[in-house]
Amino acid sequence: MNTTAETTVPKISLKDVHKSFGAKSVLDGINLDIAKGESVVVIGGSGTGKSVLIKCIIGILQPDSGLIAVDGEDVTHVPANARDAVNRKFGMLFQGGALFDSLPVWENVAFGLMQREHLSRAQAKARAVETLEKVGLSPDVGELSPAELSGGMQKRVGLARAIAGEPEIVFFDEPTTGLDPIMGDVINDLIIACVKQQGITALSITHDMHSARKIGDRITMLYQGKLIWDGAARDVDHADNPFVDQFVHGNAEGPIKMQVRR
Amino acid sequence: MQFLALIGSVVLAFLAHIGRLTLFTATAISHCARPPIYFRLIGRQMIDIGYYSLPVVGLTAIFSGMVLALQSYTGFARFAAGSENAVANVVVVSLTRELGPVLAGLMVAGRIGASMAAEIGTMRVTEQLDALTTLSTNPFKYLVVPRIVAGTMMLPVLVLIADIIGVFGGFVVSVYKLGFNPAAYISNSYDFMQPLDVISGLVKAGVFGFTIAVMGCYAGYHSKGGAQGVGAATTNAVVSSSILILTFNYIITELFFGT
Repeated sequence: MNTTAETTVPKISLKDVHKSFGAKSVLDGINLDIAKGESVVVIGGSGTGKSVLIKCIIGILQPDSGLIAVDGEDVTHVPANARDAVNRKFGMLFQGGALFDSLPVWENVAFGLMQREHLSRAQAKARAVETLEKVGLSPDVGELSPAELSGGMQKRVGLARAIAGEPEIVFFDEPTTGLDPIMGDVINDLIIACVKQQGITALSITHDMHSARKIGDRITMLYQGKLIWDGAARDVDHADNPFVDQFVHGNAEGPIKMQVRR
Repeated sequence: MQFLALIGSVVLAFLAHIGRLTLFTATAISHCARPPIYFRLIGRQMIDIGYYSLPVVGLTAIFSGMVLALQSYTGFARFAAGSENAVANVVVVSLTRELGPVLAGLMVAGRIGASMAAEIGTMRVTEQLDALTTLSTNPFKYLVVPRIVAGTMMLPVLVLIADIIGVFGGFVVSVYKLGFNPAAYISNSYDFMQPLDVISGLVKAGVFGFTIAVMGCYAGYHSKGGAQGVGAATTNAVVSSSILILTFNYIITELFFGT
């Protein structure tokens, strides 16, 4: 294996991935390559299967067919004990934060460090405080319980938890949803500072176009289980695709009809 | 034909449920033996299940012992004499064999089974279980195993304490209300009791503790759909573990004492 081949292996590669729930086909032949260090944003309406896409990659859901590879290595059919090694490369910011409410903030951030790297509690706490500083939170926030934090603070803690283990790939599930525009932009800036500038590969899903333009190098749109458009983030406003145009401009009228039922 | 299809779908759903539960239990047991084991979490669950259930189990036991003594005295008065001996025997045998484990099991199912289902169910609907997976932590090891281990180990301890408190309740009523001789009551209880009475009760308690933890975790783990789903999971956990407790109670009694 020569060096040029190594550099061309995509960090994440999805080939013809299918996933359905009952009769409803959510992912219907997804093909997506993400290069190392690239930040890709998947846009699409609510309930179009954006979260399912990420859950298939991190192994929470099993795709019905198709291939998902991380660093060229098939991760769709790995046994449970090898899955941990794959998951070590990942960090994820969940939509609702998904902080463990039984643990104080610092233990949330240090959770992966204690589980994976078996750091002592004191060492892990020091790392957690360091990571909290990166997302603009003071050390005393670490002693609070997640329930005491505002939505924006919870997102920051979620981000800190996602990057604390120094992952190679970070997934963002609607990072700005539910935040006011200013706090949303603060999170965008943090994502850029903590992920893009560190050369970490990122896959985000969102329907916030401002956020998508800002954090994405590349944008792709998911509609009815297929990626119907894929291009540079700056081209999204003149995509010349009626579906993308309707979504980007937020028009009720257009080819996309709102599905009432999932 | 519609009617047959309905029966078929109900049977299929039931079998799928049994299958899921069996798989869940087998996975949980297999994780009990494999490292890493979270001793901290097991300890915390033991305190939660064992120590904090003491008041409710103790109260249940003392009133059961008291009412047993009163009922058997007034009931036996209809039959022959010698009821004074019989009261002590009835209290000690029924408490250690039956009422101790069953009542403690049902009370703990309500207290602990419900809280397990609600906690794990909320973690499921707020994606905390998914977050555990992404942080290389198996939810079975982190959440299910500590609860099952603690439940199976602590219920026998609780039942042993309940037996003692219950016999004491019977003693109090017999001596202070019915005017029995205290020394005779104690020696009657002691002489009549056999080790197997207590042992069978403790075996039952272990099985009940395991059942409560498995059903609580299973209901929470498979809950979906927000607050309503978590509520349904909690109800399912308590109802199914209570029914299973009563079922296993009969089966174990049959195994120990069936002729």
